[in-house]
Amino acid sequence: MSFLQVTNLSARIKGSDHRLLRGVSLTVEAGEVRGLVGESGAGKSMIGKAILGILPRAIEITGGSILLNGTELLTLSPAERRRLIGASTALIPQDPLTALNPSRRIGPQITDRLVDILGWSRSAADARATELLDEVQITDPTRVLRAYPHELSGGMRQRILIASAFAAEPKLIIADEPTTALDVTVQKQILKLIATMQARHGTALLFVTHDLGVVAKVCQKISVLYGGLVVEDTTAEAYFTGPAHAYSRALLAATPKYTNPEASLLPIPDAVIAAVQADVDAYDRRVP
Amino acid sequence: MTDLLRITGLHLSLPDLNRKPLIGAAPRIHILKGVDFAIAKGEIVGIVGGSGSGKSTLARTLVRLLEPSAGTIHFDGQDISHLSEAALRPLRRRFQMIFQDPMSSLNPRHTVAQIIEGPLALHDVANPSDRMREALDAVGLGQRFATRHPHQMSGGQRQRVGIARAIALRPDFIVADEIVSGLDVSSQAQVLSLLERLVADLGLTLAFISHDLSVIRRLCNRIIVLDKGVIVENAPSAEVFDTPKAAATRELLASILLPEVGADWQT
Repeated sequence: MSFLQVTNLSARIKGSDHRLLRGVSLTVEAGEVRGLVGESGAGKSMIGKAILGILPRAIEITGGSILLNGTELLTLSPAERRRLIGASTALIPQDPLTALNPSRRIGPQITDRLVDILGWSRSAADARATELLDEVQITDPTRVLRAYPHELSGGMRQRILIASAFAAEPKLIIADEPTTALDVTVQKQILKLIATMQARHGTALLFVTHDLGVVAKVCQKISVLYGGLVVEDTTAEAYFTGPAHAYSRALLAATPKYTNPEASLLPIPDAVIAAVQADVDAYDRRVP
Repeated sequence: MTDLLRITGLHLSLPDLNRKPLIGAAPRIHILKGVDFAIAKGEIVGIVGGSGSGKSTLARTLVRLLEPSAGTIHFDGQDISHLSEAALRPLRRRFQMIFQDPMSSLNPRHTVAQIIEGPLALHDVANPSDRMREALDAVGLGQRFATRHPHQMSGGQRQRVGIARAIALRPDFIVADEIVSGLDVSSQAQVLSLLERLVADLGLTLAFISHDLSVIRRLCNRIIVLDKGVIVENAPSAEVFDTPKAAATRELLASILLPEVGADWQT
């Protein structure tokens, strides 16, 4: 039994026939990293939000199931669901500046959740926060815990969000483009940190990104999405040695590699787009 | 080849308004600290560097959106370092800039036609609407986009409007500042091949600023590496990649994540 099992998940904008997810199925085993890749609008962030129960109000789930450690999330009451999600999952968001409250010090932003949701004592939570900042290689934890977000660099803020995500030892973390907003040199450090923390804590990780370079380094399994449809579900090894699906191949061919400058950068061919779009249309005809 | 652009001893400092005292002048931050290089006609030069290296400031200074504190910028033999806005105006149509974020550099209340015709009207170009349609065709958007607003387009399409606006004036020199960093790989590939074709067709000279060395390697003949406001490397692309000299270049190269599976990336 997989730790996270999403089956046939569908979603659309309320009151319209604009579909965002078309029968998405994927699994994340305990301690495994799965990458969700695709172009913008493919629905990759939507899946993470659906799992965490933080979809915008205008979007409704129209079918399917999300099993977290054997518990069906979609039929739980909102309160039960929040409790379960809060205790066993966490999110590393894309933009560390908007994810942190600018008017509060860092310390309480990490510890509030431990105290309020998980019932830790204030002093235990404070000790844990210091320990975590140490673990994400912040050299001066006591100063940083008292700092405001604007006093810290982007890389530093992202380290704090990583620390915060691991605070309650979640079993599953959803990372939504966690390095996209960062400088290239910082990006690699942050990825290394996420990979190290994930391996040390044995956390399952669902990694949403459009960057195939990132996926190649941190993920073991990959789901490629187009139009809310999973076009390929494979291992990272298989994907980067020879993707089975034409769309996956085209996505890889469009990614520039400095080691192969002569390879022409190919935009995804219209024929490939037409083929995946035909799959999307076929799904829409099949499922009313 | 003749130099289209020649930069000598360029310094630039800006007031640091975060540290401005209540009374008196703000302390100045020295961003560019003596930059020298030249760009020949028809060349595609990549300018790279980590964040804070001064690459975007340099881009803005090249097209005189910022005035240098010291040093000179010669454009086609003419010293433009301290020209007034009025004196620059006739020259501006010869050097154009494409910005990183099309959402903030395209007026959301204007249609694509208005966006592209704006600079044409400003420079009293005859038949602006013909030139606008020509530019739209050149970037592969087609006439039906003329009546759209920026929000009705995808990121890749918006970025092509930015390119169309720049080339409609038929400039000699274009500065492109991180123009593909907000795009998907597929739109990125489209925009890059478009840019490559336009440079060849229109005989443009291009300064391409980016942090993505894979993109730079694909597009540029020569690479300038900036670090903390100074040039640490200026050499043909192949040389920079094969035998990087500066520590900053090696660090940038080491930070590239190739789309290949490999366990050695953590070193």
